[in-house]
Amino acid sequence: MKLLADRRRHPMALVVLLLVGLLLTGGAYALFTQTSSAKADTASASDIESGKKLFAANCATCHGLSGEGSKTGPGLIGVGASAVDFQVGTGRMPLQANGPQARVKEPQFNDEQTAQLAAYVGSLGPGPAIPAEENLDASKGDPAAGGGLFRTNCAMCHNVVGAGGALTRGKYAPNLSGVSGKHLYEAMQTGPQNMPIFNDANLTPDDKRDVIAYVNEVTQTTSPGGFKLGSLGPVAEGLFIWFFGLGAVIAMTVWLSSRAK
Amino acid sequence: MSTTTQPTTTVGKAATFVESRVGASVLVREFGRKIFPAHWSFMLGEVALYSFVIVVLSGTFLTFFFHPAMGELHYEGPWVPLRGVEISEAYNSTLAISFEVRGGLFIRQMHHWGALLFVAALSIHMLRVFFTGAFRRPRELNWVVGVLLVMMGMAAGFTGYSLPDDLLSGNGLRIIDGILKSLPLVGTYISFFLFGGEFPGIDIVSRLYTLHIMIVPALLIALIGVHLVFVVVHKHTQYPGAGNTEKNVVGEPVMPTFAAKGGGFFFLIFGLLSFISALFTINPIWNYGPYDPSPVSAGTQPDWYIGWADGFLRIVPGWLEFYIAGWPISLNINSAVIIMGGVFGAMFIYPFFESWLLKDKREHHILDRPRNNPTRTAIGVAGIVFYCNMWAAASGDIVAVFFQMSLNDMIYIFRALFFLGPILAYFITKRMCLGLQRKDREIALHGRETAQIIRLPHGEFLERHEALPPHKLWKLTAFESPIYTPAEPNAEGKITGLEKFRARLSRFFFEDRVAPVSKHELEASHHEHDSAEGGGHKEIGY
Repeated sequence: MKLLADRRRHPMALVVLLLVGLLLTGGAYALFTQTSSAKADTASASDIESGKKLFAANCATCHGLSGEGSKTGPGLIGVGASAVDFQVGTGRMPLQANGPQARVKEPQFNDEQTAQLAAYVGSLGPGPAIPAEENLDASKGDPAAGGGLFRTNCAMCHNVVGAGGALTRGKYAPNLSGVSGKHLYEAMQTGPQNMPIFNDANLTPDDKRDVIAYVNEVTQTTSPGGFKLGSLGPVAEGLFIWFFGLGAVIAMTVWLSSRAK
Repeated sequence: MSTTTQPTTTVGKAATFVESRVGASVLVREFGRKIFPAHWSFMLGEVALYSFVIVVLSGTFLTFFFHPAMGELHYEGPWVPLRGVEISEAYNSTLAISFEVRGGLFIRQMHHWGALLFVAALSIHMLRVFFTGAFRRPRELNWVVGVLLVMMGMAAGFTGYSLPDDLLSGNGLRIIDGILKSLPLVGTYISFFLFGGEFPGIDIVSRLYTLHIMIVPALLIALIGVHLVFVVVHKHTQYPGAGNTEKNVVGEPVMPTFAAKGGGFFFLIFGLLSFISALFTINPIWNYGPYDPSPVSAGTQPDWYIGWADGFLRIVPGWLEFYIAGWPISLNINSAVIIMGGVFGAMFIYPFFESWLLKDKREHHILDRPRNNPTRTAIGVAGIVFYCNMWAAASGDIVAVFFQMSLNDMIYIFRALFFLGPILAYFITKRMCLGLQRKDREIALHGRETAQIIRLPHGEFLERHEALPPHKLWKLTAFESPIYTPAEPNAEGKITGLEKFRARLSRFFFEDRVAPVSKHELEASHHEHDSAEGGGHKEIGY
């Protein structure tokens, strides 16, 4: 203890304390936010009945008892299973809070329940179905062609490598890294939140697969240049050189101009 | 040169050979004996110089591999997400530098990080010079050279940013094209002249290349040369301190200690930039794809030093564009030119403005502590706030996403701060400086609080104050405080309108003032304390 007591007024004590505090809170946060993975899904016609019950208990307050919609939520007849799979599967629905846009959170339902809900809403009227596996196989896609499509159709909101961006009045295009191929496909197909719909006449299923291949390629590969700094472009780079670069430089000048004691 | 003794050693003979033909000893004597006072803030200009050297070296390497041409070809290189895409030769060669030239990406990143550090170091060096008053006579012209260096630094950065012909650089050029075209009457002509026809054309990369690797660097090197010669001619400034006067410079000579330190410092900067370049991606052009006038990526920003101009364009209201007899007046765009011109113009004239305002034509070699010139410091901080608000506005979209704000609200906030920020900053800073000066005065007159409370026999509590050692007292008392000078008649006995205006400004700027402690006050306070305590170096104040 004497060792500690002697050094508690050391100029670096504050820095050390801060570091310890930051590491502890960061570590604790990382521990508590570990995600648990869910089971694989199986779909059948009987799911519709279970889905209906889940819907009545969790969604009907806003979307109406038979999905006809209300003042507080849009009608879901004809949105298709795909839309439900996206909104519920990414945790956007059920809505956590009113706001310009539903935010991603930990999904409230497991894969089985999500599939049941999707099956029920899908049964309400014809709409896009959950995409088939063969449309999602990124290894068959052409990332270069997908890149061209992405830059023309997606990059103005999502940024060239899907890092996300701002829209008007608090709306935003989310970061695409870590989003599954299925959810990417469903988003293009159903246009959730403020996103436009890219239907099959606009981007064919093959085009969508190319886009998925591109997004996977640029979000999953490590950057050849080193740490990506969030892929946010010159703003992150400028902040870095001012805080880290100049910070280090000033530390050097102080060191060089200090006199030997 | 008179040679009384002939050299006998080999080194001596060689030195004599050179000296008798070149006369280099004069230079060595001047530079070698130049005195540098030791203070960390005096080394910031060096950082700019060293990072410039690193940028020149790494840039030279890049010229061996870069093709400044805009012919179209299909990408066949190793970067999968672009394979088969139609791109320009410039972009292709930049990708080749990044992925195929050995060490190419490292050098490219060093060139770019070095450029960011160069302009950042220029900026803080300039702020140091401003806030300490180092721009005053005889150094006004060197300040002007410094402002030109900042402008050239920005030009060098922008022309370089635009070379790789990726999406980001093309978007940046499109804004320049828009600004040029917004200029009344001549705009379209200038744009067509620069781009060799309608934007983007096929000439711009090779033209920018000439600017970037020849004209701008040549100007930079010439200006740096002038800047350094001025530094030697004017001698170095120094902070106030015991023994430092207007007629001496206290510090170390360049040879040998300072030169060794400076050389070492170069390698420290080199090391730092190598470290950053090896570990952190900058401008990942492979992500951006080739330039095509139709797509614009979210989060498209210029490099930081152009950010303030971009930010201004983001917050300027659209209704500033209007028509006069069918002719568009695009103030919503070309006001950016007015703002940039205004900022640089203000920087150019500030030394002359201050000297005129204070009627101060004397030479100054002792620097001001920023608090001791509250007005200048307040103007400087107002300028920083003005600049940084525009700068932050350029990242408004990223701020909005990260802090879950509305982008529209961000714009309204930045617009309000555009006007209010500098005004608030001026008054707050000035009050802070005056408060610090009062604190200094208090300490000088009554000593330092020791946190030792003593109780006198009759029950009164007092805190023991300790008198400052003389060298610290010097720092707190030996300074000049700018003072309001009323309008004075000129040689003809008339008070001109300009003089009245100067007097009014002077009153606004300098009426509030904390006078430095005079010798008389200091003696009086010492006397008072001495008689109260009955001598001794520990003194009691209140």
